[in-house]
Amino acid sequence: MIETWLEALQPAHLNFLLQGFRITLEVALITIALSYAIGIVIGATRYLGVPGLATLFTIAVETLRNLPILYLLIFVRFVLPTLGIRLDPFWSAVVGLTAFEAAIISEIVRAGLASVDRGQIEAATASGLTRLQILRYIALPQALVRMIPPTVSQFISLLKDTSLAVAISLPELMHNAQIIYNGDPVRYVLPILTTTAVLYFSVNFLLSQIAHVLERRLLRT
Amino acid sequence: MVYLELLREYGDLFWSGFRTTLGVSVVSLLGSLILGTFIAGLRMFPYAPVAAVGRAYVEFVRNIPLLLIAFFFYFGLAQFHINLDGIVAGTLALTIYTAAFIAEAIRAGIHSLPKGQWEAGYATGLSYAQILRYVILPQAFRLILPPLGNQFVNLVKNSSILSLIAGPELLYQGEAIANATFKTLPAYTLVAAFYLLLTIPLSQFVRYLEKRLSGKEFVLEGGGAV
Repeated sequence: MIETWLEALQPAHLNFLLQGFRITLEVALITIALSYAIGIVIGATRYLGVPGLATLFTIAVETLRNLPILYLLIFVRFVLPTLGIRLDPFWSAVVGLTAFEAAIISEIVRAGLASVDRGQIEAATASGLTRLQILRYIALPQALVRMIPPTVSQFISLLKDTSLAVAISLPELMHNAQIIYNGDPVRYVLPILTTTAVLYFSVNFLLSQIAHVLERRLLRT
Repeated sequence: MVYLELLREYGDLFWSGFRTTLGVSVVSLLGSLILGTFIAGLRMFPYAPVAAVGRAYVEFVRNIPLLLIAFFFYFGLAQFHINLDGIVAGTLALTIYTAAFIAEAIRAGIHSLPKGQWEAGYATGLSYAQILRYVILPQAFRLILPPLGNQFVNLVKNSSILSLIAGPELLYQGEAIANATFKTLPAYTLVAAFYLLLTIPLSQFVRYLEKRLSGKEFVLEGGGAV
């Protein structure tokens, strides 16, 4: 039993898992950065009610957030090539995940903007600021601060969802774990899956505790 | 046109995938409702070590990928000569995963009720169980319902992971149809349409519930944020 675990968790295997985890983190970080930027643009557009564009974004957001992430990944990797758009697994994962996350973050932005005290908006309007100026100088700065805890929570979901990229052969943590235990399924499956779970858990648990502290601190001010 | 053709020729397969997706989601919802209530009970248990078990379950399960749990049931248990098929392994994984989120929703719902409710209950001579049954749960239910609805939407979407462990649900069948016909875009577009047919009305309904149940008439004194 112990020997099996030691053999399954030999340094070469652990290294391979960590390599996968690096890809997981890279994909998640690029995705969250892109989703944040796109989410703010979409959220602000819907907040301002830009004619046409706001409706278009609403339809896009409702569609994307109601589809499985796995579907989006497979769509980007295997369906888009039939339309002449060919991406490697890494960028397929980034694009597929961003399509979903940007939709979710735009909703967080909208909720953040809507939570800004009405009196402030009225005061700003009365003092002659335009709607764009109100967004830029009054609503958005406050919304961005309030968005921090939900965005951290969203990042945790994202780290977990990156595992779905096994379906498009991205060499991330889950994929590398599969490669190792396929080498000797009977003996390696449990040690490798357990170690993989511990890796995901330790990073995500730490992040969730940070989100918790941030939330409490923001509530106090 | 090509869509109608696909539907005429492969309608049965789409329909069978759709039914599996819906069936797995409903069964997992019921299962995770039972398990989640039990875990929430553990978490709020007055004896600390028992509460710690509940908390450990929630924290561990919430922070690992659903796919990993599914792989554990599908590939991991095979080591103990327990061979589950994709649908069973997937349903178990979905149930265990979703139960953690439901347990949190239940706990949050109960916790957001003011302490005065308990105190008033005790003052009128009700027992713990009676207060829970007649005072707390009927009120908490209103707060718990919208997050439960959200979990059901998530279940419908998350059930797509069955396709990775040979569970013949909607995405799996869509893939099979795309591979058989080479009509990749139409096949996958229909898959999306079937998912949205379920998830969009459901999430709209959840939004309606959220608005209705958090209406002013239900704002409880000292109730805190919901």
